[in-house]
Amino acid sequence: MASHLVIVAGNPNAGKTTLFNSLTGSTQKVANYPGVTVESVEGQYSFDGESIRCVDVPGLYSLKAASEDERVATDVILGRQEGKPELVVYVLDATNLERNLFLFTQIAESQVPMVIALTMPDRLQAKGKRIDVERLRSELGVPVVSVIAHQDRKLDALKRAINDALRDRPIPSIDFGLPVGMQATIQELSERLARIGVDASQAEIRRNLYEPPELFQRFLEDFPEIAEPFTEARNRLEAEDLLRPSVDVTSRYEWSAKIQSLVLRDAEKPAKTVSITDRLDKVLTHRFWGLTIFVLVMYGVFQSIYTVAAPMMAGIEDVFGRLQDAIRPMVSQNEILESFIIDGIIAGVGGMLVFLPQILILFFFIAVLEGSGYLARAAFLMDRLLGWCGLNGRAFIPFLSSYACAIPGIMAARVMPDSKSRLATILVAPLMSCSARLPVYVLLIGTFIEPQYGAFWAGFSLFAMHLLGLVVAIPVVYVLNRKMLKARRLPFVLELPPYQWPKWRDIWLTLVNRGKVFVKTAGTIIVFMSVLIWAAASFPRFSPADPVAEAAKVGVPEERAEQWVQEKQLENSVLGRFGKAIEPVFIPAGFDWRITTAILSAFPARETIVPSLGIIFSLGGDVDESSGDLQSAMKRATWPDGRPLFTVWTAIGLMVFFALCAQCMATLATVKRETNSWKWAVFMFCYMTALAYVGAVAVNYLGKLFGA
Amino acid sequence: MSAVAGMTFADLKSGMSARVVAVDENCLDSRRLQEMGFTVGTQFSVVKVAPMGDPIEILVRGYRICLRKNECHCIQIESVG
Repeated sequence: MASHLVIVAGNPNAGKTTLFNSLTGSTQKVANYPGVTVESVEGQYSFDGESIRCVDVPGLYSLKAASEDERVATDVILGRQEGKPELVVYVLDATNLERNLFLFTQIAESQVPMVIALTMPDRLQAKGKRIDVERLRSELGVPVVSVIAHQDRKLDALKRAINDALRDRPIPSIDFGLPVGMQATIQELSERLARIGVDASQAEIRRNLYEPPELFQRFLEDFPEIAEPFTEARNRLEAEDLLRPSVDVTSRYEWSAKIQSLVLRDAEKPAKTVSITDRLDKVLTHRFWGLTIFVLVMYGVFQSIYTVAAPMMAGIEDVFGRLQDAIRPMVSQNEILESFIIDGIIAGVGGMLVFLPQILILFFFIAVLEGSGYLARAAFLMDRLLGWCGLNGRAFIPFLSSYACAIPGIMAARVMPDSKSRLATILVAPLMSCSARLPVYVLLIGTFIEPQYGAFWAGFSLFAMHLLGLVVAIPVVYVLNRKMLKARRLPFVLELPPYQWPKWRDIWLTLVNRGKVFVKTAGTIIVFMSVLIWAAASFPRFSPADPVAEAAKVGVPEERAEQWVQEKQLENSVLGRFGKAIEPVFIPAGFDWRITTAILSAFPARETIVPSLGIIFSLGGDVDESSGDLQSAMKRATWPDGRPLFTVWTAIGLMVFFALCAQCMATLATVKRETNSWKWAVFMFCYMTALAYVGAVAVNYLGKLFGA
Repeated sequence: MSAVAGMTFADLKSGMSARVVAVDENCLDSRRLQEMGFTVGTQFSVVKVAPMGDPIEILVRGYRICLRKNECHCIQIESVG
């Protein structure tokens, strides 16, 4: 049986997602609309013999799309995207009728069958008001169902109304009093078009008359046969000064205000004198307490990401370690197969899943903060701080998250209200110093700074490395906004919805959807790339029949033979040869082929530089950042002419390189997923690598200038 | 209280009430601000100014919205009562 296409649309904060979640539950699928960063969420349900395919469009304020999200929503509602919808369920916030009815007037004109879901009647009750649903129904000409989506899980009344509407096709009949001249002109134009066989609704005509001149011109080029009457009508309206948006917007708002006054009644119970929202806002957006609480809340969130996620991540690593041990005997007869399955596949899948705890924990907090209304307050407090360079107050969530890990940070950029600021946020988020950079800093600071300059400068350099990304991010965002992301910047519009308890069901579905999206799309790329890098480091093989004898020939004692084989393997591999080949490129930064190969091997995941250095300096891969052997081996390493390989400046240069470089394919895969194109992932990789290179070279020259 | 001519959002202080007197339609942001409810004649009140001086929280048409002062140049307002 064919299912019916039903669209759930409405203003942001009208309770649309909660309603959609209650209707479709766990059947949801998340995908991207083709060619844009906007996500579509779709689900289905069956009721009384009808099966319904439900699409949740992004919340919007107007069909005159200002942002990419709004444009997609508009296209879906007007049937330009998924096929003409059979029904629009319009979510109408009972506490915010005037503005919600404004969008209703626009959708009503498209003559699509509609059902109104009137949300938050309970909240209106608390304000001492109620809505005359019967009256609203007769004023709008379509069924109105009052719903409390998070309490009434079955929503039977709404589902029945949807089924009835699919049969009866109720189309809104409203008249919001256009200026007389306009009405007459449209009427006349409609008749003229009908005479030449063009069947256009008055709403369609109006929409096209209102398009900005360029779009209107393009529309006429597409339909040359109707150009003449249309241009005439437009010129006449312009002459009468009726084509200004204010004429249109004002007449709709006047109608909305009239309807509100007709249907809004006093409830039996009077309002509470001061609302909870007012009382909470007195503290939470207070100039002192508000900021203090904000800092504490953020500290709590990120502290718990570290403390809660760390054992879970260790657990995942442990499970995969055991899995490797368990499978190793089964594949040990073939050395290449063993390496492929153990170091390629299992390590790759484990390296991907290890990000899940942080992603889920961060999205849990985002869902709670957003669902309760606090996120909007925090953005209100922070906007000045982030606004001047072209971001806005909401960007603090993705930025702070990126200090733990850029992957949840980039996914968190969806709290940004429009695509452009979201993209700018995504592109700089990985500059924040994530926790995977820490082992590199600890190794280099512990080896070259702390012993020579003491604990103070060690602490200072660690702090400076964490600050560097943020300092670099600001000019990058500025340039991105001015030069690259040409789309017009939208005015900052931030609603402060009333506080409410977050809905557990909404939080749960957020986590399920985010987790699925990450594992399915970013995850597959990550595993694929892991295998690719494994291959580059493993082929061609270096496996002498008798490693001990072979090692003895070059004077390596028996107990170090295995490590020597590992070193030779890496040196001989595609990766090692490539490192040697491009050594000249890194000479200006003061890096030789060994550091270069370690850097290359760390492109899939930066923290792997530590075991790579271990292999290169003949210690085997089982070293960590506090390993004394690795530290002294690095201190002993020399250039062919006997100069020490590492000076303190080389170490700083290497840290700067790691701070700025996009050495994390999981991040790139996530960027690809979230921006729906490889273009931005490649751009990010290029600009960050370039910055890192320039940074490292600059440090090296500074070193030469000031002498180490 | 008499109306002050030529006021913009930059002149608003916490607790003030104001009315939209004119909208400059040549300005790109004017349509969105009107769609959010700031049409000529609309009255609104300032709930709060953010700690760092911007944005400002406004109660208009029964809901709360934050706007940046410098992004509302196209709206001329007058203070009321």
